[in-house]
Amino acid sequence: MIINHPLLGPRDAQEFTYLGDATLIDRPDGLSFPSADAAMDAMHDYLYQRSNPAGEHRELWFHEQGDRSWLVVTRNTVTHEILKVELARDVARMRGRSK
Amino acid sequence: MTQKNRITGGQIDRSRTLSFRFDGKSYQGHPGDTLASALLANGVRLMGRSFKYHRPRGPLSAGSEEPNAIVQLREGARQEPNTRATVAELFDGLTATSQNRFPSLSFDMMGVNDLLSPFFAAGFYYKTFMWPAKFWESIYEPIIRRAAGLGALSRQDDPDAYDKGFLHCDLLVIGAGPAGLAAALTAGRAGARVIVTDEDFRMGGRLNAETHALGEASGADWAAGVVAELASLPNVRLMPRTTTLGAMDHGIYSAVERVSDHLPVPAAGKPRQILWRIYSRRALLTAGAIERPIAFENNDRPGIMLAGALRAYANRWGVAVGERVAVFTNNDDGLRTATDLAAKGIDVAAVIDTRTGGPLLPGIRHLQGAEVTGSAGRLGLSAISIRHANGKVESLPVTALGVSGGWNPNLNIASHHRGRPVWQDAIAAFVPPKDGPAGLSAAGAAAGLFSTHAALQSGAGAAVAALDDLGVKATLPDLPRAEDAPVAIAPKWYVQGKGRAWVDQQNDVTVKDVKLAHQENFVSVEHLKRYTTLGMATDQGKTGNILGLAVMAELTGRTIPETGTTIYRPPYTPVAMGALGGRSRGHEFKPTRLTPSHKWANEQGAVFVEVGMWLRAQWFPKAGETTWRQSVDREVLATRASVGICDVTTLGKIDIQGTDAGAFLDKVYANTFSTLGVGKVRYGLMLREDGIVMDDGTTARMGQNEWVMTTTTANAVPVFRHLEYVRQCLCPDMDVQLISTTEAWAQYSVAGPNARKLLEKLVDQDISDAAFPYMACGAITVKGVRARLFRISFSGELAYEIAVPTRYGDAMIRALMEAGREFDAVAYGTESLGVMRVEKGHVAGNELNGQTTALNMGLGKMVSKKKDAIGMVLSQREGLVAEGGLRIVGVKPVDPAQPLTAGSHFLEPGAAAVAANDLGWLTSVVYSPHVGSSIALGYLKNGEARKGQRLRAVNLLAKTEVEVEIVSAHFVDPEGVRLRG
Repeated sequence: MIINHPLLGPRDAQEFTYLGDATLIDRPDGLSFPSADAAMDAMHDYLYQRSNPAGEHRELWFHEQGDRSWLVVTRNTVTHEILKVELARDVARMRGRSK
Repeated sequence: MTQKNRITGGQIDRSRTLSFRFDGKSYQGHPGDTLASALLANGVRLMGRSFKYHRPRGPLSAGSEEPNAIVQLREGARQEPNTRATVAELFDGLTATSQNRFPSLSFDMMGVNDLLSPFFAAGFYYKTFMWPAKFWESIYEPIIRRAAGLGALSRQDDPDAYDKGFLHCDLLVIGAGPAGLAAALTAGRAGARVIVTDEDFRMGGRLNAETHALGEASGADWAAGVVAELASLPNVRLMPRTTTLGAMDHGIYSAVERVSDHLPVPAAGKPRQILWRIYSRRALLTAGAIERPIAFENNDRPGIMLAGALRAYANRWGVAVGERVAVFTNNDDGLRTATDLAAKGIDVAAVIDTRTGGPLLPGIRHLQGAEVTGSAGRLGLSAISIRHANGKVESLPVTALGVSGGWNPNLNIASHHRGRPVWQDAIAAFVPPKDGPAGLSAAGAAAGLFSTHAALQSGAGAAVAALDDLGVKATLPDLPRAEDAPVAIAPKWYVQGKGRAWVDQQNDVTVKDVKLAHQENFVSVEHLKRYTTLGMATDQGKTGNILGLAVMAELTGRTIPETGTTIYRPPYTPVAMGALGGRSRGHEFKPTRLTPSHKWANEQGAVFVEVGMWLRAQWFPKAGETTWRQSVDREVLATRASVGICDVTTLGKIDIQGTDAGAFLDKVYANTFSTLGVGKVRYGLMLREDGIVMDDGTTARMGQNEWVMTTTTANAVPVFRHLEYVRQCLCPDMDVQLISTTEAWAQYSVAGPNARKLLEKLVDQDISDAAFPYMACGAITVKGVRARLFRISFSGELAYEIAVPTRYGDAMIRALMEAGREFDAVAYGTESLGVMRVEKGHVAGNELNGQTTALNMGLGKMVSKKKDAIGMVLSQREGLVAEGGLRIVGVKPVDPAQPLTAGSHFLEPGAAAVAANDLGWLTSVVYSPHVGSSIALGYLKNGEARKGQRLRAVNLLAKTEVEVEIVSAHFVDPEGVRLRG
């Protein structure tokens, strides 16, 4: 596969390490819940409840043999067509993450 | 008489004669021959024995689709099994041997299998060898494997090199027949970067095997002219002897180039084969078509082959397979074989045409509405039986028979992305799927366009279209006039009969086997394949699959497209493991990382151990020491008594800088770091989000916003990846920057009561206990060279780790050892490091095994609940914090003379050694010279409360059982007096 890195252009997928579902970016704050049980439930769902779509999937790839960017790659899991590649940091900011 | 079947013509170089051997006998051929064509020229039709029934077999084809003529090439270390004689290029001195026969090809004892064939029908593995069940592994399987063996490996190291390479192009043309050459010419002249691959050593495809003219030239001459022009274009790369193996994603194709397979020995510096990764913007499949047989009783005798192959042997290689031949066909292309052979002066005894009506071939006995019902001849064809249209049966003596059931477009690669081929009634064959790999189109026979004219036109047209996609303007070249005969075929798949009619000759699958599978309710094509083995092994059913499918369709009363089709997977043809491995073998399998003290350690005669990619000194034997234990015991005792030095460079080192670095560390470590003072070091525990321990190590605060983290050697890369993940994905606005400095610093542990005295001789600063207390860190200088000093201890002794820029690493180890001479300083390796950390009760890789929590390690209190660190919430899951769970303990044998075995499980006295009674296990075992016995760390259920108890440590694999006492994990200095000294 070829991943079109937003900063570096097309790069072979061999340069990357795959992590998984980009919903990992939406990590809940463990101290933001009214009870320990609520925190546990939220963290459990965050970590284990993932969709496994046959089709478009947003996923995290790390340019380990390159510039160390974490990328959000939108990929069709059936055809392997890559529809969009973004810097994970930009996505995280768009989704309201900061420090 | 040599080459008795050689006739005139063909593209072989008769000016040179090559000698070769097959099964020990000498023969002669010419450059341009394949092993099969040369053997056929010498009258040798029998080239192998079939897989299951050991039936005598000769070549069915003249290409890579060959199911039968599978031989072993070359001798000694270069011996290569399971190669196809039909594509093995002849060279002087080639040796080949037949396979799957004993004692000889013409007398094969296992031929008895053929007589026992009623026992070997489809699914026989599943039926015959079912009972008794325990016989399978011990008796049945070894016998079957021996009987059904293909070739043999040399069992020697392959002396040749294999390479991997990368190529880029605008247009990849797969196959250099008329369509491929027309496409390459169009794209090449337009200036596009073109790569043309062809598995043959001579480009031209069927043009080399046919007698049609292209304009004024012969097909072969036209092809040679185009190849010459393409070779002159700098933007075109011609790759003969190169098989495109598969379509990967995004226009990437894999291909294997047989650089040296046609030479006795590769030229100096050249690999035998190269595995190419070809990055294409567009690709064109012009791989031609593969002829399929018609099944009839005993249709597998040597001498019976595909009609197109019979014609190719005559036209391209100047070989008459038999002196008297017949042709069995259901289509007009089969008639060409008869006319071509007759034109060559070969006696064509009859053409048996399943069709009725239409013109009769002039001057040839053309039997319409007839069929071949059987054959005779023990080791090769001697006669066929014919059933005429009127029912009359005739036996016709012939020594070769060409069979044509039509042609299948060679769409293999177009279905690699699971696109389903599409049935076309007009040609009675499947054509490439519409949803094939993106960027790939097909032209010529591969697209079902079978005339030479259509191949040329569609090839050139497809190239224009592909380049137009890329914004490159190309024009159609002037293409020569060529034959444009329509496809005239009346599908006929098999001839009814009582005996065995072979569908898949490589796997000995017959029409009856397909029928049996159908009777037993195997309806799906995929199940048919698994049950009968149709389409498996080295040829992957290139000639038999569609035939098997058609038989199944007829039995189920459905059409072929309703019945389905099999799709193909890479690789197109078998690939040698060597090509897949490339240079990654032996020492070059992976990179080797050397520590800064490696040269020095080597001079000391150190024994090295692989730790990940690193080579680390394991111990340093001294004169007179005969066992590793003597060296390790000495190193440990000397370190604890005075001072020892160990290279710890391999531990991961990550520089972390920025105003938010403290907050960042609070996020990634379970314990708090932001409160740590400048010039201090703290032990940190890093959790995964699921609450399991990921890694541990020390992190030093070198300045207000400057930190240095260490990781375990094994986790240096994953931890760095994780930190970047947290930094970019979770905390995008934190002011924190990371860089791995593992290889930038040479770091040495200096441990033991005299550690400070030793270092004081080298460092330029005051490192007294008052100035540089336990867990202090700082930037210092060593005789003016910048360095870092950390007062941390893994051994439990007064200890430091000192780091200098890597280029001073060799000088530093020499300086340390020199300065330590007055203290009898020792160098110690990873074994002693392990002994001392177990004696001190420190966890390491064996304890951080990806299943264990901080609580298991006795470090539960380190997990701060006041901050939202990774893994904090889920580390408190019910199952992970349950009372009585695994806790780390120390273990000693009750009898100090008894050794412990790592991996042994704890059991109560008297408890049976079954999983239900399991109480935990020993993780790390060492011999402790300090304790005077084997000691261990282990995880034990309710371990904290069991101190003082006696249990059994049982290892069913090593067959050991030792009575042990559960003790504190701190065998040395439990109060920590020494390290604060």
